[in-house]
Amino acid sequence: MANSNNLSFSIDGVTCLAREGSTILDAARKNGVFIPTLCNLEGIPPKGACRVCSVKVNGKLLTACTTRIAQGMEVENDTPGLNNLRKAIVEMLFVEGNHLCPSCEKSGDCELQALAYRYTMTVPRYPYFYPKRAVDASHPKIVKDHNRCILCKRCVRAVKDEKGRSIFVFLNRGFETKIYIDPELAGKLTDELARKAVEVCPVGAIMPRGEGFKTPIGKRKYDKAPIGSDL
Amino acid sequence: MEESISSILEGHHHDPTRLMDILIDVQDETGFIGDQAVAQIADGVGLSVADVEQTRSFYHFFSKKPTGKYAIYLNTSVNACMMGHDAVARTFEVEAGIPCNSVTRDGLIGLFDTSCIGMSDQEPAAIINGKIFPNLTPFRVKELIRDIREGKSVDELVVEGYGDGQNSNSDIRAVVNNNIRKIGPVLNPNYKPGEVIRKKLPEMTPQQVIDEMKRSNIRGRGGAGFPTGMKWEICRQAESDEKYIICNADEGEPGTFKDRVILTERPKLLLEGMVVAAYATGAQKGILYIRHEYKYLKTYLEKLIEGAHKRNLMGRDIAGIKGFDFDVRIQFGAGSYVCGEESALIESAEGKRGEPRDKPPFPVEKGYLDKPTVVNNVETFCSAVKVLLYGAEWYRSFGTTDSTGTKVLSISGDCRYPGIYEVEWGFSVNDICGMAGAEDVMAVQVGGPSGSLVSPSDFDRVLCYADLSTGGSLIIFNHSRDLLQDVVLNFTSFFIEESCGSCSTCRIMPVILRDKLIKILNARGVKQDITDMLSWAEVLKASRCGLGQTAANPIITSIHNFRHLYDQKTRGEARYDTGFDLNKATQEAMMATGKFVMSE
Repeated sequence: MANSNNLSFSIDGVTCLAREGSTILDAARKNGVFIPTLCNLEGIPPKGACRVCSVKVNGKLLTACTTRIAQGMEVENDTPGLNNLRKAIVEMLFVEGNHLCPSCEKSGDCELQALAYRYTMTVPRYPYFYPKRAVDASHPKIVKDHNRCILCKRCVRAVKDEKGRSIFVFLNRGFETKIYIDPELAGKLTDELARKAVEVCPVGAIMPRGEGFKTPIGKRKYDKAPIGSDL
Repeated sequence: MEESISSILEGHHHDPTRLMDILIDVQDETGFIGDQAVAQIADGVGLSVADVEQTRSFYHFFSKKPTGKYAIYLNTSVNACMMGHDAVARTFEVEAGIPCNSVTRDGLIGLFDTSCIGMSDQEPAAIINGKIFPNLTPFRVKELIRDIREGKSVDELVVEGYGDGQNSNSDIRAVVNNNIRKIGPVLNPNYKPGEVIRKKLPEMTPQQVIDEMKRSNIRGRGGAGFPTGMKWEICRQAESDEKYIICNADEGEPGTFKDRVILTERPKLLLEGMVVAAYATGAQKGILYIRHEYKYLKTYLEKLIEGAHKRNLMGRDIAGIKGFDFDVRIQFGAGSYVCGEESALIESAEGKRGEPRDKPPFPVEKGYLDKPTVVNNVETFCSAVKVLLYGAEWYRSFGTTDSTGTKVLSISGDCRYPGIYEVEWGFSVNDICGMAGAEDVMAVQVGGPSGSLVSPSDFDRVLCYADLSTGGSLIIFNHSRDLLQDVVLNFTSFFIEESCGSCSTCRIMPVILRDKLIKILNARGVKQDITDMLSWAEVLKASRCGLGQTAANPIITSIHNFRHLYDQKTRGEARYDTGFDLNKATQEAMMATGKFVMSE
């Protein structure tokens, strides 16, 4: 029973099937329905930090990445209201940091940029904060550019040392929150973990040292087709 | 220092889940938690420096730098500001010779801001090395700084005598007043501690206790109003080798202070309520989570728990009931409003950042250390004891059909009798103003900043779960107040300060809204700015917890109920204004070069 599609639910009125225990997000993907995500990444525990995957169930906003499907659940997803909310969140993330796409090495591979295109953001409706943030190049294998960080916690959740200790964490709280990197553990970062840290970052906030523009602009992930086109 | 940290680590058995206690002790003992201490703690509990640093940096009362031999935390809440905070703060700065949020060069005095400290009926108030100094005046501040410079101890700084009731108890000795103005069934002093545990519990099965609670129709007193009997029943039915009862005494909503009074005057009732909940649910361990600001009650409460053990009201085979074991430990917070949210509170009690969890699973299924956990408000536990003592029928005779029983209110602001009032549900805002001796009332903030700013046209609305639901914070404003500048801006800044930062929405949007509000207050706003605030605030509804979801309530409810105040400040029919003030932007350079600043 556990492996069969034994729950029936609907997304925007279309009846779908899902395995018991799967999240709304997973179930939607399996049924070919796109729900945008930023902080979620397959293989690491969901956090519901970015809120961009918000859907409506019974009129209530819930994050698709953390909510499990229940029998008969009616999920609203691709509606003008929800898409405006998602666009608003993407715009908020743009004004919170300093996201200068034309000069960013991640351009074309960046999920934030890709979502901005998908939701046809031209200029954010909110004023820019232009915060003064540092680029931390003190670690041997990675460079942390706080300007581009959207605090999705992917690195926090995905990268741990062999004893399960954190290397990346949240420092401070509220608007002052930023990623703190354990100086000692980052100094001992294996090539494998360094690569993982770079890979999980949805934006260009964690970049590898000693290499750049490996894939030329124009040949990157979202250069040809918008994010979510695979669904 | 290394040695004292070693013994602190030893005292907490190098347990990473007790990181809060370790950090609190290190902060208390050494005045700060620097890099060296963090490294030593990390090593001692088997975490990385980053793991310890993420918890340390989350809480307001943990400091990376020394906070001074005398660390003064001055409250900046709305009530403090109404009662003269600014003059008091200026005097502190002038007398100490430093700006706020810094330490004197000799390391003697540290001066810091802090959010509401639960003394709204006796503001302005400050905490100095854990001791409360209420009713401050510039005169009193001069005395304090003079005495500090003369080398007096914190205890010797007290000149006003101790407060009423148990505040004078030798284990408390606080200059705090209870100001109990109206006593109802919960606060009623005619109560014999332990009576319900000894006489009622042995005659009842746990299910009977739950049934009685359900019949009483009592709902959670923290504000959310979840039916208590149902919560206990779900926890009872959860299968687990361990269960927990947590009392949420982390009241941080500006304007609330009733839990402080209950902890001072009716702590045995509260502890008895936790024992009753333990009996009903089958829990063996309890945690009394108290906000850091009330740490002056620590010794007093610890001794009461000890006393309960001696009298067999806690411990093993409680009241002779075979196999009924229950013990309570006290967990202090360290300065974080969001920890009043039950799942954030649990995270904090586990030694982590106070970030709310995603629900489901709810704490009753997966709570403290992932075990089934009941989290209830102080007042809920107290009421539960009275429900068992006098019966559900009796309890239902108070209040309304939908909202049974009474509510302990914290009333502050512009009124003659600020303090604690226990009233039946169903009281109107008008009743409250009359009761507290408030005149010329312009507005009442019902339910603290996360509630709503109510205007006189709605004063016949009543307090109950169906209409004005509230955790009990009521702040009254008369016509002398500038609601937007003094109240709405203060509340919005509070939410910015207290956001955990985990959800993008709550981390960013309140800052955007505050900047808009400031633009309007600077007479640079246009009508579109008001429309923008209302529509932009919508994204906050996508936040995980109540703090984020309600962070725009001060702005939204004031626009709805006091629109004219906004219209007065906006620029007539002007359709656009960047908000940019050239004179202001160039003021510094003009001053430096001796040029005149042009006025408009």
